[in-house]
Amino acid sequence: MTTPGRLPEPYGQGQGANLADILERVLDKGVVIAGDIRINLLDIELLTIKLRLVVASVDKAKEMGIDWWESDPALSSNARHKELARENAELRARLAELEPGRAPEESP
Amino acid sequence: MTGLRYVYAVCRPFGAALQAQLTGVAGDPPRVLHHHDLVAVVSHVPEADFSEEALRAHLEDLDWLASTARAHQQVIDALTAVTTPLPLRLATVFRDDSGVRVMMEEREDYFRRTLDRLEGRVEWGVKVYVESDPEQGALAERPAGKPASGRDYLRRRSMRSRAHEDMWQRAEEFATRLHRTLSERAEDTRLHAPQNTALSGAAGRNVLNAAYLVGRDVSEEFVEMVDRTKDEAPGIRVELTGPWAAYSFAGEESREGNAGESRPRDTGAGEAS
Repeated sequence: MTTPGRLPEPYGQGQGANLADILERVLDKGVVIAGDIRINLLDIELLTIKLRLVVASVDKAKEMGIDWWESDPALSSNARHKELARENAELRARLAELEPGRAPEESP
Repeated sequence: MTGLRYVYAVCRPFGAALQAQLTGVAGDPPRVLHHHDLVAVVSHVPEADFSEEALRAHLEDLDWLASTARAHQQVIDALTAVTTPLPLRLATVFRDDSGVRVMMEEREDYFRRTLDRLEGRVEWGVKVYVESDPEQGALAERPAGKPASGRDYLRRRSMRSRAHEDMWQRAEEFATRLHRTLSERAEDTRLHAPQNTALSGAAGRNVLNAAYLVGRDVSEEFVEMVDRTKDEAPGIRVELTGPWAAYSFAGEESREGNAGESRPRDTGAGEAS
């Protein structure tokens, strides 16, 4: 029998917990055991779920703060692409500021 | 029709009762299944939702996944309050109680070893964010008005990117130092991939996402240590979550190989589809 030591009050959990934090643990960590009806979330399947989630409802996932694919180099080939796009947009904005007569969309 | 068995965790038998109001996945209260000197915490789930096919479909429904994950975590959380659970991953499902018993019989030694390793320990999550957008900070510093010339523009631009780099460097140094300090109090640590919180509405950018395995008896001290760093660095935010069951440290065996990880694969492959 276990007598737990004194624990501080829970931080950032319960209903308010970040879903990304929960899924990070419940889906990605913990012990992997094959259930006897062959439902098992082994690594390869987790990857599939992640990818399908992305495809299925990217906006919804983003709303909820789930975005492994963006920080996961294995899944994200457009992380760098995004960075470039952002810089591009920023430069265009700067250009528009410097040359007020010319809208950025007009440049080829 | 009694449904399938959903297993949340394996533990040593514990004396304390779980909260009366606790409901598990699919709304069924979890109960305890004894096997030798271990218990599995299980509840009944409807076959219509948890058969292999149905589950596959459900797992791609984010709302369903979210509520199931929360229900799973709630049970683990309740267990963490009274014992040291060995948390299983989401959706470990068996046909009936005897299926669960067979699984426990097969993996008895592994469970005992891992429970011994984790006994009396919990996981704390610490995240470090760079709070203000470094570029905005740099923008605020720049002199008012438009650049007077192309050279002026380039000069301002290079100032901006230098400020940007400074900020990241400060954040990195802060995170490294914090991680080192906290590691001294922890028995083990794991670094997770940073979460992109810009999209979740949380302010700032996640630069450290770490998990620490900490004894219950020093948890209070650990939390205070994290608290103390909170006002240390302007523009940098530290977030603490926990106590979690030792999810990030549960899946691995000690050095001599990962029998615990490879065995279920074999079991799975050997079964008829």
